[in-house]
Amino acid sequence: MTADAPEITSVAIPPSLDEAQKGTSLWKDAWRRLRRNKLAIIGLINFVLITLFCLIGPYFVPYQSGEQARSLQSCRPMEPIYARIQERKGKIVRTDFIPESKILDENAFITVSKEQRDAGLAQLKRGEPLKAGRYTYQISARKHLLGTDALGRDLLVRMMHGGRISIGVGLAATAVSILIGVVYGAVSGYLGGNLDIVMMRIVDILYTIPFTIFVILLMVFLPPSIFLLFMAIGAVEWLTMARIVRGEISALKHREFVEAAVSLGLGRLHIIFRHLIPNVLGSVIVYSTLTVPQVMLLEAVLSFLGLGVQPPMSSWGVLIDDGAKTIETTPWLLLFPAAIFSLTLFSLNFLGDGLRDALDPKSSKD
Amino acid sequence: MLKFIFHRLLQLVPVLVVVITVTFLMAKKAPGGPFSAERKASPQVIERQNAYYGYDKPLPVQYFRYLANLAKGQLGPSTTYPTETVNQVIARSFPVSLQVGTLAMAIALAFGVPAGVLAAVRKNTLLDYLPMSFAMSGICLPTFVMGPVLAIIFGLWLHWGNVAGIDQAENTWLPPIFLPALTLGLFYGAYVARLTRGGMLEVLTQDFIRTAQAKGVNSLRIILKHTLKGGLMPVVSFLGPAFAGLISGSFVVEKVFNLPGLGKEFIKAAFNRDYSLILGTVVFYAVLIVVFNLLVDVIHALLDPRIRH
Amino acid sequence: MPLLEVENLRTSFHTRGGVVKAVNDVSFSLEAGETLGIVGESGSGKSVTCYSIMGLIPMPPGKIEGGTARFNGIDLLKCSVRELNRIRGKRISMIFQDPMTSLNPYLRISEQIMEPLLIHEKLTRAQALKRAIIALEEVGIQDADRRVHFYPHEFSGGMRQRVMIAMALIGHPEILIADEPTTALDVTVQAQILDLIRKRQRDLGTAVIFITHDLGVVAAFCDRVNVMYAGRIAESAKTTDIFAEPLHPYNAALQRSIPALQSKDAELFTIAGLPPDLARLPKGCSFAPRCNRAAPECSVRETKLQEMKPGHATSCTRIQLGEIASLKSSVCKS
Repeated sequence: MTADAPEITSVAIPPSLDEAQKGTSLWKDAWRRLRRNKLAIIGLINFVLITLFCLIGPYFVPYQSGEQARSLQSCRPMEPIYARIQERKGKIVRTDFIPESKILDENAFITVSKEQRDAGLAQLKRGEPLKAGRYTYQISARKHLLGTDALGRDLLVRMMHGGRISIGVGLAATAVSILIGVVYGAVSGYLGGNLDIVMMRIVDILYTIPFTIFVILLMVFLPPSIFLLFMAIGAVEWLTMARIVRGEISALKHREFVEAAVSLGLGRLHIIFRHLIPNVLGSVIVYSTLTVPQVMLLEAVLSFLGLGVQPPMSSWGVLIDDGAKTIETTPWLLLFPAAIFSLTLFSLNFLGDGLRDALDPKSSKD
Repeated sequence: MLKFIFHRLLQLVPVLVVVITVTFLMAKKAPGGPFSAERKASPQVIERQNAYYGYDKPLPVQYFRYLANLAKGQLGPSTTYPTETVNQVIARSFPVSLQVGTLAMAIALAFGVPAGVLAAVRKNTLLDYLPMSFAMSGICLPTFVMGPVLAIIFGLWLHWGNVAGIDQAENTWLPPIFLPALTLGLFYGAYVARLTRGGMLEVLTQDFIRTAQAKGVNSLRIILKHTLKGGLMPVVSFLGPAFAGLISGSFVVEKVFNLPGLGKEFIKAAFNRDYSLILGTVVFYAVLIVVFNLLVDVIHALLDPRIRH
Repeated sequence: MPLLEVENLRTSFHTRGGVVKAVNDVSFSLEAGETLGIVGESGSGKSVTCYSIMGLIPMPPGKIEGGTARFNGIDLLKCSVRELNRIRGKRISMIFQDPMTSLNPYLRISEQIMEPLLIHEKLTRAQALKRAIIALEEVGIQDADRRVHFYPHEFSGGMRQRVMIAMALIGHPEILIADEPTTALDVTVQAQILDLIRKRQRDLGTAVIFITHDLGVVAAFCDRVNVMYAGRIAESAKTTDIFAEPLHPYNAALQRSIPALQSKDAELFTIAGLPPDLARLPKGCSFAPRCNRAAPECSVRETKLQEMKPGHATSCTRIQLGEIASLKSSVCKS
């Protein structure tokens, strides 16, 4: 009864050549979708700005990252700073810097009456020099935009240099994880069979191990270095990448273009690297964008625990750790590094989500 | 089911052996030792110490001796705490970590699941955007940022909880483990919320939801009876990695809140190169993780009948 | 008075590419106990018509733009969800195309079959279970008292469709809507499922709306047929008339494209071109660009379903105006 009544048929019109020639339309399309996603674009711009801030910012700040000023410990952000100039025979022999919060501790202010003290302070604030004994006090041009830390180092410039390390480690470790994850996933997915099962089972097992412990062990037992740090982090963050690539490759390998390549007698490696991997590029880009913040997080945790970036280098994790120690007295030392770190994570996560929606509309979660 | 559990337990043996061996070798091959670090002890003292702890024997001997002791449940003496064995250190510090972790997990699920369900059911409305923005903030404000911030707000400003650790417990009405647990719980709750939303949305678009609607099932029952089980699958899968994350997280919050938990002991041991304590802790963590993951698999199988067969 | 009367139903989907007019001014009625077939290609609006009646259109992006669907004095398109839920699954129920995905994989069959009884008839679980087992036996599932506790994945596709039928009919509904219930099944199983639906229909006196793209099924199964094209009804008639005397070129062309009715060595007949984009419907008759009997006026004149003989209506303006006398000859010619 049903066998002799097939589906209603209709002739498909072949797509016009015009459409077929638009080879890049996938990427154009993705870019168009990404541009519509305001959060993602804000994320992208923000991340670029933060990176530029860290890379070229130090050239616009008159302080070095390691430069310590003993007398300028724990300045508040934008705190006025006074110069104490010691002269002998008309020559300046010594200049010290005193933050406003400590100026009243100076001898010149302690030994005088309250009226004189207020008058002196007002005079200083007007920008006029104040002579007291062998010292001349004068308001200084020196300004620490975000204040200084417990060693008198400028926080702004430390944040810039710390950002270089944090972002650098984030990108380098992600690159390592892409390399391992893509190759592992591609091999597992393409070769398939029992090898695939075993390789994916290994990934499953590794997933459940808290890798922070292993990275900690590595950092403890091996001489600490930044190279080791990003290698270690990269070596543990490749699992999800491997899973995603494997899933896509094993779906792709039965497609016609791969079978065509096989029938042409091309080698396995050639097929994997020239025909399959380019096709999973979209997912790799998306997931890499989401890996960078995870890697930065891990680096920051390690540095926070004192096991990551070692002095004299610093990273945002180190700065946050420093800030957290003195949170009661100098909360800005925690606030600013934490803010820029979280802002970077926000930017990258929004960009990653946006890229996922743009490159793979099906997997988007709305 | 029992067979399934037994099989999984068997699979764990090689995992544990690999973990132990790798850690053991890493510890032994590393430059520096427990007695070479800060205090400049005389060579004789170091030698005597090494002999006392058996660190002068050839590596294979040490290794098999360690395995033999392990089989008896003995993790050996600690070099950081000369009066205690590793077992005692763990027994003293782990309960603190366990309490924090359990409470954190409870907070994560109690916040994350309802928020995710709400966001999925009211997709693209304020009730979706609001909890999801909070979730995004939770992910981007890591524990070592959130911890100090919570410490300031609740400890220093409100005086609801103390932040100086259990030892110097002032009389505050929040238990000392609450703030650390909240710090961890909010972070993982954010993940749970996002996963729940994704899982619920996935299930809500399935054909069988339409079948239920066609049967006249009301929307509350559709969510609770037809969607929740499947929608929570991603969360169940996340429990394993979340547990691993809680362990790493305990390192951070125990430092921030000065709690005498196992995480703090582990970091201390790592700094002091206390081999037996490091090894013991790692082995302990490994067993814990393995058992927990088995539990997760069992929950998975209970929720999804297709896995059971 | 008909059991269900649908008038001027219009349903559209608001997508980024524009407003897709999936169902455009559809009217029909269903008498108690009869079987109405709705035939058409994919995208012709046959499923959306029934989903609209059942309140199963996802909104947004879907929207019911207008019309009524009167069932027992209640307009199903405008009543509250609460009211609709008292009717759905109890007085009107539905089975779907793909039995593999239409049953909830996380719940036992028993839970799913008992559900209509628990929510509509307020039975106890024990009573409901008894009825569920009987219902499974009635759709030919052996060993039902054991298998009722199975999960869906433990059944084959055909068995699952039997479960779906048992579930849909367990409350003895007045109307059963079957949305291509055999499309996803093996050919051998298809006939069994159709026989089962017909048998249960006779036992219970249920009216059936049968959605299909399979003219053969229509011929064997339905009392009356609506042929749909591009969201509209092209022709509506008794099944015998649809085949004996097609009054719309689309219906005629459909019948010509059944391979078994074509001579063996001739090239298979197909309808040239593609159905129109429902977001950009052409003016006039939407079938005109593919119609071999189209006149220039066809792409200008608005179409409207009009009864030519008692119970036989067409939307072809050329037939309505008498410009074409008969379409039967074209079938014979091939």
